[in-house]
Amino acid sequence: MKQFSLFIILLLTLSISWGYFSENSDKSEVKKLVLTGSSTVAPLLAEIAKRFESLNPNVRIDVQTGGSSRGINDVRARVSDIGMASRSLRLSESELFSFNIALDGISIIVNNTNPVTSLDKQQIIDIYKGKIVNWQQLGGQDATIIVVNKAEGRSTLELFLHYFGLQNTELKPHVIIGDNQQGIKTVAGNPHAIGYVSVGSAEYEAGHQVAIKLLPLDGIIASVENVRNQTFPLSRPLNLITQQQPTGIIKDFIAYASSEQVADLIKSQYFVPVAH
Amino acid sequence: MLKNKLATLLIYLVAVLITVTFICILADIIIHGFSQISWGYLTESPSDAGRAGGIAPIIVSTALIVFLAIIIAAPLGLATAILLTEFAQQKTIFAGFVERCLDVLASVPSIVFGLFGNAFFSLYLGLGFSILSGGLTLACMVLPILIRTAVEGLRATPDDYRFSAAALGITRTTALVHLLLPTAMPAIVAGLILGIGRAMAETAALIFTSGYVDRMPDSVFDSGRSLSIHIYDLSMNVAGGDSKAHAAALVLIVMLLIINAISMGLAKHWQKNRIISNEIII
Amino acid sequence: MSLSRTDQHLVVGLRLCALLVASIVLLVFLFLLTESWPILNHISWSRFFTDHSWHPVQGFYNITPMLSATLLTTLGALILATPLGIASALFSRYYAPSFVATWYRRLIELLAGIPSVVYGFWGLTTLAPLIANLHPPGVSLFTAILVLALMILPTIALTVEAALISVPNAYHSGAVALGMSRWSMIIAIVLPAAQSGIVSGIMLGASRAIGETMAVLMVAGNVVQHPHSVFDSVRTLTANIALEMAYAMGDHRAALFVSGLALMIMVLGFISLAELFKWKSSYA
Repeated sequence: MKQFSLFIILLLTLSISWGYFSENSDKSEVKKLVLTGSSTVAPLLAEIAKRFESLNPNVRIDVQTGGSSRGINDVRARVSDIGMASRSLRLSESELFSFNIALDGISIIVNNTNPVTSLDKQQIIDIYKGKIVNWQQLGGQDATIIVVNKAEGRSTLELFLHYFGLQNTELKPHVIIGDNQQGIKTVAGNPHAIGYVSVGSAEYEAGHQVAIKLLPLDGIIASVENVRNQTFPLSRPLNLITQQQPTGIIKDFIAYASSEQVADLIKSQYFVPVAH
Repeated sequence: MLKNKLATLLIYLVAVLITVTFICILADIIIHGFSQISWGYLTESPSDAGRAGGIAPIIVSTALIVFLAIIIAAPLGLATAILLTEFAQQKTIFAGFVERCLDVLASVPSIVFGLFGNAFFSLYLGLGFSILSGGLTLACMVLPILIRTAVEGLRATPDDYRFSAAALGITRTTALVHLLLPTAMPAIVAGLILGIGRAMAETAALIFTSGYVDRMPDSVFDSGRSLSIHIYDLSMNVAGGDSKAHAAALVLIVMLLIINAISMGLAKHWQKNRIISNEIII
Repeated sequence: MSLSRTDQHLVVGLRLCALLVASIVLLVFLFLLTESWPILNHISWSRFFTDHSWHPVQGFYNITPMLSATLLTTLGALILATPLGIASALFSRYYAPSFVATWYRRLIELLAGIPSVVYGFWGLTTLAPLIANLHPPGVSLFTAILVLALMILPTIALTVEAALISVPNAYHSGAVALGMSRWSMIIAIVLPAAQSGIVSGIMLGASRAIGETMAVLMVAGNVVQHPHSVFDSVRTLTANIALEMAYAMGDHRAALFVSGLALMIMVLGFISLAELFKWKSSYA
């Protein structure tokens, strides 16, 4: 009896799981798109993809995260259909096609208990190079500056270095972070830290009682608004990349992702939709 | 005598310290996570990058990954354990080699399994980012745990069972199926639980194999995000994701607890029944 | 004892399964090697030890700071967690009243099951700010050691307790008959009798600590440097792979597989050390 019931249970489990193990029979009708690339863009594209899927039931879109360069590499290797990049194409990548869907900025952040309210470009360079090591030299408290930098390979790092004319090898960081939130948590948990993250998420967290504040850059306040009106100097495009001039479903998806219909999704991920 | 008292004091202190620290960690998760949990949280799909909605597809993906890992690893593991205990008493070179390999396999860091899974299953075998790649990678990872516990269980069965079976002219296969395996069942099940626990909690090995997609999977060839990756992504990559990350962590811990309780109960029950009926046969 | 025909079939099947299992290890090594081959092929392996820094995008590949960080975090966590784990096991076996012991054991079992991401998350949001008050930057070698010690403590405690339980009861009654105090009995009889179990518990803890990735990534600070104090931030080999893998291409990716290879060689070293210890103690 015992064995029999065990057998039944096994049979049931197998039959339920069989659905998962066999590919759908109507697979030929289902088109699958694979998107890889920037972890900054991935959450946004996952949302856009979900809405696109609900409008086009026979399309499935897989969004995988990595870095911008990885996304571009995958498109070249045809591992993915569309790459996501949080930077413009380089000269060496000019054979690819790029479609701008949104804008983002990068803001310098410090802990909100820090009395320092602004830093100029040279001061930031000196802090990151380890020439200024104490907040006192900048009119703050007598405390060592904790420099937070991004890990190698991330386009936020590349943009930051490019804007300030720095080499990664000459920086003297105390903490290296991966994704945005790790940077925000590190600065929020450390009164003497300085870091740089995406403007959108920083503005969101600062508005939700997280202990960080955004410093202006070249006298311009770091805000989503100033990224929108393109006055904020350290901003970047969020792009979709393809290998060829897009056709068919890829074309439809890119058109959809850059249309007015997803503006609310872009805003809800704290990015700036491109003007239409 | 003083030494004895001092040691007692110290040991009590350590126990209190450990209990307090861990209760702090658990309380942190429960306080921040409990308010987020509702029926909807368990049955809906995530939306707004995980800030809203639930985790239903993520629970399904996690379950599928773990189920695959165990289904693949359990028979292989059990077979290896049987070979090592029942058919290799006189330490053959082959058995020694297998045991060495197992020692190494048991200490391979999970991130290395991630690298391997990515290079072998995802790219070389062309499975891509899929639940199947993740399940296969985890299967490699939990194998040594399953084998080790099963070996312990089989070694602990009294040799009398084997001798009586041999004396009665019962083949070893029969003795195994009807006598030794049921006796060793609690250890085998304990190994399964350990394996399931380890697989459910795994993050590093899955990031590069099962992927990031938080949609309800259609088949095991789809990419699926596991609970632990969801927790990691919410806490490290999504602004305002902390409370949902706590909630997901709470769900994961409760799931582990339930699995633990059920299988322990099952193992005890099963063993009692089997042993009695077997003794009657003999 | 000769085997019947059924048994012979079974043995063949079992051998095949075991061979498959064993081949996984070889496959892991093979793939680590083939994936790191592109870089090992065109730069000398000594550069992984002599380059002036780890900046793979700029072509610098020194992994020694990460080797030392991996060693230091693992050793630190073991030094902290081993005495605590043994004390915890002694508590629930010899000191606690039985119902307390049952609940205490449940708690430890529960903790052994908490995913490492959760420990890392807690370490980053709760522990790191506390340590930052003590000595900035808060995320550091010290924080990583604390979090790792917490993570491996349940593993060590549970394994040691299992070893204590298997110490024969006759030993205890003997000690009682000799009028030994509880502590002298533990020191003189119980711990030596459970020695091999304790060692395997420590080994389990060590292999978990050496391989831990996510929690360390969240709390160690990840700067590639030889630490000057315990409050300096460090990057372990595992964190290095997790941090950069998704962003790496070409030589950078291959260099990360080299980190994986280095990690495996360290693990092999550890295992051989443990084997040596076992061999010595069984022939001493």
